[in-house]
Amino acid sequence: MHPASSVILFNTFSGLGFGLLFWLGLGVIVPTGMSAFIWFAIAYICAVGGLIASTFHLGHPERALKAFSQWQTSWLSREGICAVFALVTMAIYGAGLVFAGTQLQLFGIVGGIASLGVVFTTSMIYAQMKTVPRWRHWTTPAMYLALSLGGGALLAGQITLASVLLIIGGILQVFAWISGDTRFKSSGTNMETATGLGHIGKVRAFEPPHTGTNYLMHEFIHKVGRKHADQLRIITIGLAFVVPVLLLLLPFTNHIFAALAVLSHIAGVLTLRWLFFAQAEHVVGLYYGKR
Amino acid sequence: MTQLPPPSAKKLGLVIDLDTCVGCHACVVSCKGWNTENYGAPLSDQQAYGADPSGTFLNRVHSYEVQPEEGAAQLIHFPKSCLHCEDAPCVTVCPTGASYKRAEDGIVLVNESDCIGCGLCAWACPYGARELDAKEGVMKKCTLCVDRIYNENLPEEDRQPACVRTCPSGARHFGDLGDVDSDVSKLVAERGGFDLMPEQGTKPVNKYLPPRPKDEMPEFDILAPYLEPIASDGKGFVGWLDKALSSLPGGAK
Repeated sequence: MHPASSVILFNTFSGLGFGLLFWLGLGVIVPTGMSAFIWFAIAYICAVGGLIASTFHLGHPERALKAFSQWQTSWLSREGICAVFALVTMAIYGAGLVFAGTQLQLFGIVGGIASLGVVFTTSMIYAQMKTVPRWRHWTTPAMYLALSLGGGALLAGQITLASVLLIIGGILQVFAWISGDTRFKSSGTNMETATGLGHIGKVRAFEPPHTGTNYLMHEFIHKVGRKHADQLRIITIGLAFVVPVLLLLLPFTNHIFAALAVLSHIAGVLTLRWLFFAQAEHVVGLYYGKR
Repeated sequence: MTQLPPPSAKKLGLVIDLDTCVGCHACVVSCKGWNTENYGAPLSDQQAYGADPSGTFLNRVHSYEVQPEEGAAQLIHFPKSCLHCEDAPCVTVCPTGASYKRAEDGIVLVNESDCIGCGLCAWACPYGARELDAKEGVMKKCTLCVDRIYNENLPEEDRQPACVRTCPSGARHFGDLGDVDSDVSKLVAERGGFDLMPEQGTKPVNKYLPPRPKDEMPEFDILAPYLEPIASDGKGFVGWLDKALSSLPGGAK
């Protein structure tokens, strides 16, 4: 799949932002006044910034409101509704803390759970794709939730929580990669089923339908960087999980180390998301004899 | 609405004969022509005369080489467009309701004025039947020439999809695959028509007819034994000549 930068930014920063909103909503930290304003501003900049970035890849962003209508079948529609609900509910909870110094616990809990709901619905957009066997697995939503919870806890400065969640996230990611590597093959979709010509013999793409490229090849067939996948996986694990956990576990607390842990985590998750798309193989590539 | 309607009795679709398709791409051209000049946004091209041309097509013809265990490889031309699946995954993923399947005849269409161009339907389609038009920013797909097949302004023989009407080798057939007595259904039954990627569970309406088995030509030429090329174990003069020529610089061993 084509790793569009708008979608990578969205997945990374919205995941972090909604993760932070989840912990804020659950009352893991209960700031008031100006400090509450700063906490909520960070969370909203990440969450909303990511959502805005995600509209950049749309052909007609001005019609985005229509996307709230098909929640009965569409995970993308559900994600949109969930995001608006979470942001509005958490804004009320945040306003209570910032302006009145009161904790409207019900709004916090409902908004926090809805924030996690956004991450889950996002992950299901990918996990539902039967056409991309690597994504169609429970590890996809599990990874999205683990990253959001872990990253959110890291942003919220929760050392123990963040360390545990990031370690779980790292292990999950390694498992998702290893199990994902064989999923295309075991999906049962191949050149023979794609063309229905397997009963004659081995099928090979002889001549493509056109000499140039097309939308499908650009969107679904991505080879650049796959050859560096092993190195990128190690870099991802290091930056997203190992370095932040080590920095958190240092025996003295320091704001600079905390900031470094966050930056390292963000850089790692950006790489992770890039790999998530670049390594995902769409079955339509088979028609072009490519993956 | 992106909820799929209950399965319609009428299932309009195409039957594509891989035995007779000659790979001329006339269907590609007629499709592009009709669908650029008629219903919906035109199918744009980018840098049509430039170094890196590309464009939107609703129908493309691939060519595959199939190598049997024994005998010569076969070249099979393979036209591919929307299969108007009964269980169309492209419809249910659409967040706006722009993508829909018609309850009356099963045609899968896009309401372009509702399409936000998110591309999710193209992700969900295993066949590559949908292409986002780079100029219009909306999703384009085969309409089964819905503006021809019911068009009473056209002569009756033209009331079929442009690709079917134009095919010079009779490799494309249009009809109601929901009706077991229709010509297309009979053709599918007779020739063993099959689905593409059945394991994806999309239940395509369009069917493909397999290439017929190749004739076998048994060797019965009575002169053949006398016209054998020089045997490698030649004796006498021929044997000497073979060795002598092989020993020359550049000689075949």
